[in-house]
Amino acid sequence: MNAHVQPQPVPGSGIARGDVLLQVDNVSLSFGGVKAITNISFDIRKGEIRAIIGPNGAGKTSMLNVINGFYHPQEGTITWRGEKRRKMKPYEAASQGIARTFQNVALFRGMTTLDNIMTGRGLKMKKSFFWQCLHWGPALTEEIEHRRRVEEIIDFLEIQAIRKTPVGRLPYGLQKRVELARALAMEPDLLLLDEPMAGMNLEEKEDMSRFILDVNQQFGTTIALIEHDMGVVMDLSDRVVVLDYGRKIADGPPEEVQANQDVIDAYLGVPHG
Amino acid sequence: MTFFIETVLSGLMAGVMYSLVALGFVLIFKASGIFNFAQGVMCLFAALTFVGIMEKTGVPWPVSFVLTVGVMVALAWVIERFVLSHLVNQEPIILFMATIGLAYFLEGFGDLLWGSDVKVLNIGLPSGASDWMLDSFDIYVEKLEVVAAVTAALLVTVLAVFFQKTRVGRALRAVADDHQAALSVGISLRSIWVIVWSVAGIVALVAGIMWGSKSGVQFSLSLIALKALPVLILGGFTSIPGAIVGGLIIGVGEKVAEIYVGPMVGGAIENWFAYMLALAFLLVRPQGLFGERIIERV
Amino acid sequence: MLYREAGQFKTTYAADQAIFPIAQDKWVVIAFAAIAFIAVPFLVNDYWTNAVFLPLLIYGLAALGLNILVGYCGQISLGTGGFMAVGAFASYKLMTSFPELNIVFVVLLSGGITALVGVMFGLPSLRIKGFYLAVATLAAQFFLIWLFNKVGWFYNYSATGQISAPDRAIFGLTVTGPTALPWVKYLFCLGFLAFFALVAKNVVRGRIGRNWMAIRDMDIAAELIGVRPLQTKLSAFAFSSFYVGMAGSLLFAVYLGAVEVTEAFSINVSFLVLFMVIIGGLGSILGSFLGATFLVLMPIMLKNAMVDGMGLLPVFAKHVEIMLMGLLIIFFLIVEPHGLARLWQITKEKLRLWPFPY
Repeated sequence: MNAHVQPQPVPGSGIARGDVLLQVDNVSLSFGGVKAITNISFDIRKGEIRAIIGPNGAGKTSMLNVINGFYHPQEGTITWRGEKRRKMKPYEAASQGIARTFQNVALFRGMTTLDNIMTGRGLKMKKSFFWQCLHWGPALTEEIEHRRRVEEIIDFLEIQAIRKTPVGRLPYGLQKRVELARALAMEPDLLLLDEPMAGMNLEEKEDMSRFILDVNQQFGTTIALIEHDMGVVMDLSDRVVVLDYGRKIADGPPEEVQANQDVIDAYLGVPHG
Repeated sequence: MTFFIETVLSGLMAGVMYSLVALGFVLIFKASGIFNFAQGVMCLFAALTFVGIMEKTGVPWPVSFVLTVGVMVALAWVIERFVLSHLVNQEPIILFMATIGLAYFLEGFGDLLWGSDVKVLNIGLPSGASDWMLDSFDIYVEKLEVVAAVTAALLVTVLAVFFQKTRVGRALRAVADDHQAALSVGISLRSIWVIVWSVAGIVALVAGIMWGSKSGVQFSLSLIALKALPVLILGGFTSIPGAIVGGLIIGVGEKVAEIYVGPMVGGAIENWFAYMLALAFLLVRPQGLFGERIIERV
Repeated sequence: MLYREAGQFKTTYAADQAIFPIAQDKWVVIAFAAIAFIAVPFLVNDYWTNAVFLPLLIYGLAALGLNILVGYCGQISLGTGGFMAVGAFASYKLMTSFPELNIVFVVLLSGGITALVGVMFGLPSLRIKGFYLAVATLAAQFFLIWLFNKVGWFYNYSATGQISAPDRAIFGLTVTGPTALPWVKYLFCLGFLAFFALVAKNVVRGRIGRNWMAIRDMDIAAELIGVRPLQTKLSAFAFSSFYVGMAGSLLFAVYLGAVEVTEAFSINVSFLVLFMVIIGGLGSILGSFLGATFLVLMPIMLKNAMVDGMGLLPVFAKHVEIMLMGLLIIFFLIVEPHGLARLWQITKEKLRLWPFPY
């Protein structure tokens, strides 16, 4: 089925599989007086699927927002491919190879599936305004070249039939898939998935899990994943970090985390001192 | 120094007038999320109707006032019935366009009914300088402007009580927060909208009478609405105190600039200065005077 | 029956991405263009050119420009009148300072200057959004009109404050000034409109257009996938103002010949063009023209019907016209909030399936 999708050379020059791709050190984030994240450190290694879990309000989404530059932490540093960064704009993070999907579907509702995914290619398209006005010559060649790459992703995620449908008309499950396609179109080094399976039925979850594994294995994309379904987390991820009330309470392989007393307390609800 | 104080005072008074118009905008925006461009024309239409009734029938002004309030309530009902109810759930810009259409309609309709000549509005509001201020502080203040300020203060107090203390007021605030949630607890959106547009119509009438007493009832009255817009960006579209304070700031800023900066650049900067002032302010504080800090989420 | 796409297969992505992927559409457009370019110039007289065709073409260009900003990039602007004034005064200064400059370059340069001004007034769009921005663009409207009214340099210190266009020719044919022939003016404006409509279509279906729409639909998500908000919004302001500036330039130099800034470019012009965009259809090139056509023709027809047809007094008719205008706008918004372009699209979809209802 996906035979024509060539496994790509692992992106992220100079970093071998298994090395640290992204390092979060002592990051704290607060809004006014509200502390969203307190002194969190963890790392993401190249080629792994890293899950971030925790009860509602634990700071998971805020953590992703910090990683891709949407929020700026008051304290701590983030090291991306060995380079420290403190403050950066979201589009800079994107151009450095960090893509993501959103908890609440954040597609461009007025555009077709194809256009949505093509938008993800925007960073890779360089032809000047002048050629775009003519839509001819280099601009046309480039457009078609990227269309071809987008069509590969469309085939990969099996959304050929909805290519020209405005995404606002699509059912929720498909919208989530288009969102994944758009993120993949960026050919990211690190893919952040914020609850990719929220609100899906069992079958859709299985499909999505399969796609995530395929992306990880075929493209070699490193994935950081937020998910509430423990079964999915345990099956997919290589390592899990657990947050609760903005603090890290556990970090390690799934089975280790599962047995951790703090984690069990956080999920079953033990009064906080 | 006296001159400066006079300038500031007259700016404050003009600001109160702007606030009155802005208040109508805020009421409607708060309750329905509609940016009602027709608010200025509503002032004109209300004032025209008010004067027209007095001229045609010779009734004393309180009677005409009550009749005009009736007309404004009827207008609110018509607007809800024939315009808004068909545009529920449309995008804000569509509703905004509809209110511009409404503004055109009211403008043509008002002129058609009452003629487009300038009308003198005189209901016996005091005019001329306040002798007391002139004698004791040597400062020139228009009596009419003091009346306008007092009226505005009264109106705001009544509205605040209405919003905070009554059942209808609570329903209004609920609708403002979330249409669907309000519907689900049994609040009738349609009657709320009629009420809001009626109240905005009455506020427009009061503003129209004040402006009309000052400079006659004529088409240019509808243009003061454009002056109320910078007040809105300054104060925020949903904040009643914002409309008041914003109006005062714009009024004073505009007058001071016209007198001290205007001559240097050729004068008549009143038309755009308010916008630039509001804009400069927004660049520093995008959430406006009373808005909460915006935390964007994804 | 004629409108069928069955059997038209696309074998390349280029064919799939053509402007008119369905053959019938392409032929209709070619026929339409042929009539507009070849047949109409022989038929037009002074009345038709001045009352119908020139306003239609020029406002069509302005609506196209505004549609790029509002319909594609989602930034509401109420400053169109002011930007058209920039285009008009830029051409006036260019024509009087450089008499040998070709009129085509005058119009293009005027558009360019307007684009710069547009970028300046687009800067606040980075901090403020939605209606706050709309109101902020009114600052452009009032400030620019004031500027052209007060600063003598712009109107060469003429006593009346009016500007009037000197005679300029292209290929030996006079385009501007009182001696210009109707069909020359018509073709000149049509040429600009046709060429730049094509350019607009090309831009909106490429990377830049997609970035605009991404910002329109969800600005935060757009930024997170690598769209630069600053560049994207400002490019929309620049591109849009370029069109609006050219429209202002043509309005002054070719259509009116002489303008007084507070009359020709008042805030009513801003609203008129915005109406064209909304009634025509936000985010549709075709819609811009449909909207312009509708709003140029409607007042003429209303006036003809009332003054000539029913014998009403012109003053009275004026009031009724304003009233009816308002009513029609509301009516249209209620019937089809997505504009004439959407009606056209629905018609086409129905035709494709005809004679079956679904």
